[in-house]
Amino acid sequence: MRGITGLAGAIAEAWQELRVHRMRVLLSLIGVAVSVAALTWTIAMGQLLQQSQDELMERSSGRPATVTLSTADPIETAADAALLDSAFADAAERYGIDWTSRVSWVDATALGTTAELRGVDADYGEMHRVRLAAGAWFSDVDALRLVPVVVINEWWWQRLGSPPLESHPTASLAVSGASVDALVIGVTESGPYDDYPAGFVLYDDAAELAAAASADQAPQYEAWIPIEGADELVEAIRSSVQAHLPEGAEVYAERTDYLAWGDENPFLMMQIVIGSIASVVLVIGVLSLLNITLVTVRHRIREIGVRRSFGATAGRVFFSVMLESVVGTALAGVVGVAIAVMAMRVPALQDALFAGIEDLPPFPIGAAVTGLVVSVGVGAIAGLLPALVAVRVSPIDAIRY
Amino acid sequence: MLLEARGITRTVDIVDAEPLRILRGVDLAVDAGEHVSIMGRSGSGKSTLLNILGMLDAPTDGELLFDGAPVARMRRGARDRMRGRNVGFVFQQFNLLARRTARENVAMPLLYASGPGFWHRAALAGSMLERVGLGERVDQLPERLSGGEQQRVAIARALIREPRLILADEPTGALDVETGGAVMDLLDDIAHRAGAALVTITHDPHVAARAGRAYRLDGGVLAEVAPEIVR
Repeated sequence: MRGITGLAGAIAEAWQELRVHRMRVLLSLIGVAVSVAALTWTIAMGQLLQQSQDELMERSSGRPATVTLSTADPIETAADAALLDSAFADAAERYGIDWTSRVSWVDATALGTTAELRGVDADYGEMHRVRLAAGAWFSDVDALRLVPVVVINEWWWQRLGSPPLESHPTASLAVSGASVDALVIGVTESGPYDDYPAGFVLYDDAAELAAAASADQAPQYEAWIPIEGADELVEAIRSSVQAHLPEGAEVYAERTDYLAWGDENPFLMMQIVIGSIASVVLVIGVLSLLNITLVTVRHRIREIGVRRSFGATAGRVFFSVMLESVVGTALAGVVGVAIAVMAMRVPALQDALFAGIEDLPPFPIGAAVTGLVVSVGVGAIAGLLPALVAVRVSPIDAIRY
Repeated sequence: MLLEARGITRTVDIVDAEPLRILRGVDLAVDAGEHVSIMGRSGSGKSTLLNILGMLDAPTDGELLFDGAPVARMRRGARDRMRGRNVGFVFQQFNLLARRTARENVAMPLLYASGPGFWHRAALAGSMLERVGLGERVDQLPERLSGGEQQRVAIARALIREPRLILADEPTGALDVETGGAVMDLLDDIAHRAGAALVTITHDPHVAARAGRAYRLDGGVLAEVAPEIVR
């Protein structure tokens, strides 16, 4: 019973204190709320930027884990190409790999300049997070069309006059000196520095256009495999393909996604910088709150002495001062997290920071929880010293104070 | 016996000097419902004695018993709780909590109580303020009250937990003669009705003369004086 009334009494005391000193509390908590908002926002920003970076990396090198398989020698004949295709398809089936694509580079020109044209299979779009500004990515139906189909970049499309794709526009290509009109079915988003024609054609169309996908290079094969056990699976795929080829043929297989570039976390430096900024912000917040709470306790010495003379134990005084600090900072933490969430939703900010991000996730829960935990921790740290000072107050001296 | 001091001595160490002996072998016994006054000049050790009797301070030597139990053997928390339950203080400078209403000031000691006293503290504080004649001013801040009214709030605060001992340190020291007399009438009356013992420390002979027993503290030595001499 004494425990319940003790807790209720401490809460009532803390609430009375917050109410009576609301201006002081408000001023001290503004600092905490701003610190928590900055901290939460920084953590959330770090996570979202990482997501953004991940997507950019995945667009260029494929989603983790992407394995790229190639041969040392150029494909000389269609029979060689068919053998390699069949060996790769067999390996994919054996190891239950759902996402695969052949990749070739087509030596093409368009709009009077070199075009960066890749021959790929339909899975490539999902494996590389290809973003479309208009139209659609390749599907199985496109393989049945009588004309080659192409997905071009925005820059190229704009130079065609940005025709509606429902009107079945075509793009003129010159491949190995021969001209061909390809049906445009989709438009990829262009980055700010794209100033050349680029696009994708279906791998089989590319092979036809360039007569066996260009005679001077071997095709590549990509597979999107689980990260767990990826290294073993890469070697297994390589061996499986190797086994299908004539003796002496060399097959190379390696992971080419960004996570395979090294053991070090590619975002480590960014995380350290962001973490350091957040820590500095937090330390400043704690110091300013500690300063205010210490000054406040010095001003409350007589009150603490009076309370002690009317039966407040040292433990009760300690708990009440701590509770005031923790309750205050917890409220400030809620406000700070709310500010961070709102700041992250400013459209202009989103456009500036996360341009091109496909899956912009909601505000990271982890960042919000961290903000709240930190605010309570800040309250406990900032309340500890004043609480110890309050406990050491001698009732006799305090009453005379 | 409610309160008994046996050979209380209080010494304070002073750097590069002989220790200062504030109290020298003080003996005092106070029974329930008694009114005892202690007179003395400034610096005679009156407040130190009051702090020891109120268990806020500990004697250097000697023994204090409350209800027959030695206070020194109690743990600190238990002593604090016993003080809250059994002792009410009235200070010369009132020591009301600033920016809290009269009701909140009077209810404050009940924050450290348990049971109905804790849960009904606001209503009990209102009733106590009625008893001291401040029923109309329960929601006033101390800064808006006169000196006499502030001391009446302090008396209400001292009595809210129905203590068995009231310790009043110069209760009229900050008041004019007329207001001081009215405050002492009230304190006497309420303490008497409640059956609480009242120990008043004062340098005012008129206040001291109200007590059933009077003592003089001089040079740290406590001696009983006849009431007629005080008067």
